[in-house]
Amino acid sequence: MPTKPTLLKVLDIVALIMLGVATYFALVKAPTELVMGQVQRVFYFHLGTAWTALLGFLFSSVLSVIYLITKDLRWDRYQVAAIEVSLVFFLITIVLGSIWARPAWNTWWTWDPRLTTAAITELVYIAYFMLRQGIDDPDRRARFGAVYALLGGISAPITFFAIRLYRTIHPVVIAGNNPEAEGGFSMTADMRTAMFVALFAFTVIFIDLYWNRIRLGDLQDKVEQLKLKVTM
Amino acid sequence: MFLQEATPDTSGYMIAGYAIAFIVMALYVLSIYVRNRNLNQDLTLLEEMEKQSAQAKGTPVNQSQKRPAKPARKKSGKK
Repeated sequence: MPTKPTLLKVLDIVALIMLGVATYFALVKAPTELVMGQVQRVFYFHLGTAWTALLGFLFSSVLSVIYLITKDLRWDRYQVAAIEVSLVFFLITIVLGSIWARPAWNTWWTWDPRLTTAAITELVYIAYFMLRQGIDDPDRRARFGAVYALLGGISAPITFFAIRLYRTIHPVVIAGNNPEAEGGFSMTADMRTAMFVALFAFTVIFIDLYWNRIRLGDLQDKVEQLKLKVTM
Repeated sequence: MFLQEATPDTSGYMIAGYAIAFIVMALYVLSIYVRNRNLNQDLTLLEEMEKQSAQAKGTPVNQSQKRPAKPARKKSGKK
């Protein structure tokens, strides 16, 4: 296994620092929202993880197209890495949203269009890994995975636009004016700064984890190839 | 809950939220580390197995490349 590139080592440290900075801005710098209280602070991580996860799902669709054109298994590994990291981030998004909803909507979960589409997106990508587990042939697995991820990628923009297209109680914090939304708030300058810091921090963390996951995929591929060579 | 005038104490939810976010991220980083360690162990083992099987076949490709003169000397000695 080749040693970790220096740039990745630096990125690991930067990502960790950015996580600390984002936490500081969210918990200390940003003011307490008067109506919701402290729970509003989960919004910064909720938005940061949602942004990177949805972009990651879309990115994996692009990688699917590249794989289907080139048939190079390297793109399949990149795609798996993007989906795995996005899945983890989106799980955090959903859990944080649910925790926020308890005091805001007086329920942990409701079948609102945004929550429903988000849950479907998460389940679609969990099923993606289940599908891959069931196929042994690497080329066939990659081809099926690419087509599935391409179709699954549609769920990401649907989730994003759900609060703008349908009647929903989920607040649209950025450029939104939904009279039916419950728990919405107008952001102060400090809140906006904390939000952008969180967005930037989670983008850096995502890139770092993605790079690490790609290296893991490469190693996995190397081991599989060596296994075949030894058994033959 | 939010219809009341005073700001409600929802800090418990906030702590729970951040704790879960950090735990999930930490577990994921740990899973990458563990999988990486296991794969490295597998790789070392497979490389050893490959070396052994090559030696058993009597065609040590890597060794003959490193020391090409040795087998020739043995042959000439026997003659």
